[in-house]
Amino acid sequence: MSKPKYTIAVTGLNAIDSPGPGLAIIRGLRDAKSFDVRIIGLSYEALEPGIYLHEYVDKTYQIPFPTAGQEVLFERLTYINEQENIDFLYPNFDAELYNFIKLQKQLENVLNIKMVLPTLDQFEERHKINLYEYGLKHGIDVPKAQPVYNTFEIPAIANQYGYPVVVKGKFYDAKVAYNMEQASQHFNKISAQWGLPILIQAFVRGSEVNVCGIGDGNGNLLGAVPMRKLYITDKGKAWAGITLDNEKLLEITKNMVESTKWKGPFEMEFVKTVEEDYYLLEINPRFPAWCYLTVGAGQNQMEVLVNLAMGKKVKPFTEYKIGTMFIRYSNDLIVDINEFEKISTVGEL
Amino acid sequence: MRIKKNIAVSDTGFLFNPSTGDSYSVNPIGMDIVQLMKLNKENDEIKKAIMNDYFCDDATFEKDFYDFTMVLRNYKLLDDE
Repeated sequence: MSKPKYTIAVTGLNAIDSPGPGLAIIRGLRDAKSFDVRIIGLSYEALEPGIYLHEYVDKTYQIPFPTAGQEVLFERLTYINEQENIDFLYPNFDAELYNFIKLQKQLENVLNIKMVLPTLDQFEERHKINLYEYGLKHGIDVPKAQPVYNTFEIPAIANQYGYPVVVKGKFYDAKVAYNMEQASQHFNKISAQWGLPILIQAFVRGSEVNVCGIGDGNGNLLGAVPMRKLYITDKGKAWAGITLDNEKLLEITKNMVESTKWKGPFEMEFVKTVEEDYYLLEINPRFPAWCYLTVGAGQNQMEVLVNLAMGKKVKPFTEYKIGTMFIRYSNDLIVDINEFEKISTVGEL
Repeated sequence: MRIKKNIAVSDTGFLFNPSTGDSYSVNPIGMDIVQLMKLNKENDEIKKAIMNDYFCDDATFEKDFYDFTMVLRNYKLLDDE
């Protein structure tokens, strides 16, 4: 029986020290057994490496930054769709997700581009600022945290939690502060980059474990792979990791998906204490950059998500290979300046 | 004293704890002891087997075996914790 061929657009083509998930997703899609793909890259900047990796990306189009708004994005996607006839789209950045969630119906009804995304409520509810309440609501342990708008507010909270505390940006970045002076420095640095409020969170000592999974929107967990970071960069990114045999973590994940009726991919980030308690630090409403490990472990979650959108029967994964590792590496691509010129001026390559 | 059931031990002395992702290397004597523990052998049986295979006096075995099991316990590889 012949396989269908889908045209799939993917963002997040940056593969720097804080990499986007785009290339990992593309590798998963190219490994798919149930369909063939033509990959359309959607880039924001001309130096995103994925643009030039032609063995992965068939054609790339620049798209407007999220701040340009939904109307401009829709116009650009309309043009790209006229050229490529896109079947499915994978948005991969937190910052762009709001626009894509708002445009989801329009993209499907007008351009026939499908996506599997969390609802706006699901997306908003799990924001770092709301995470403690989110944990209370869904029965997940989350370290206590409070938003602050001024450094004067920090001492009272830090005294309550005890040092060290974690100073977190509302979207990105987190630093541990062992005294008030450090907390103020982190507050000023992070707020200058990511705005206010800043979150002051109780510090939980332990090792970082994450889960990459997908929910079908009806409370069913279609796949989940727990991973422990073996090597962490100074930006807190996993540079190596290993899949774990961890029933408790899978149970917490299953309960979250059941309770929230989560739709689409997600990454849950936890700290595991020596007492084997798990504290949720974050839920990312998209695949993480390490998601190709799920393919290596026997769960091609990227393939399943596309099949779910295409109305195919999807069977939840029940197992994965424990002890599968990933080790990330960086590489220098040699690029002809003509290619750089083309993407910079025409916005297509 | 038992090694946790899910701990994988290879022929080359590589131990892998699948619930934490930690891995360790043990030398040939350590591997023999771990293999005997996996077979649910009692301490006396382990002692007898090791002293049969290696040249070692009672006191040295007792001390080194105690140290080794302390290390295993610290790394949460034993079932008795």
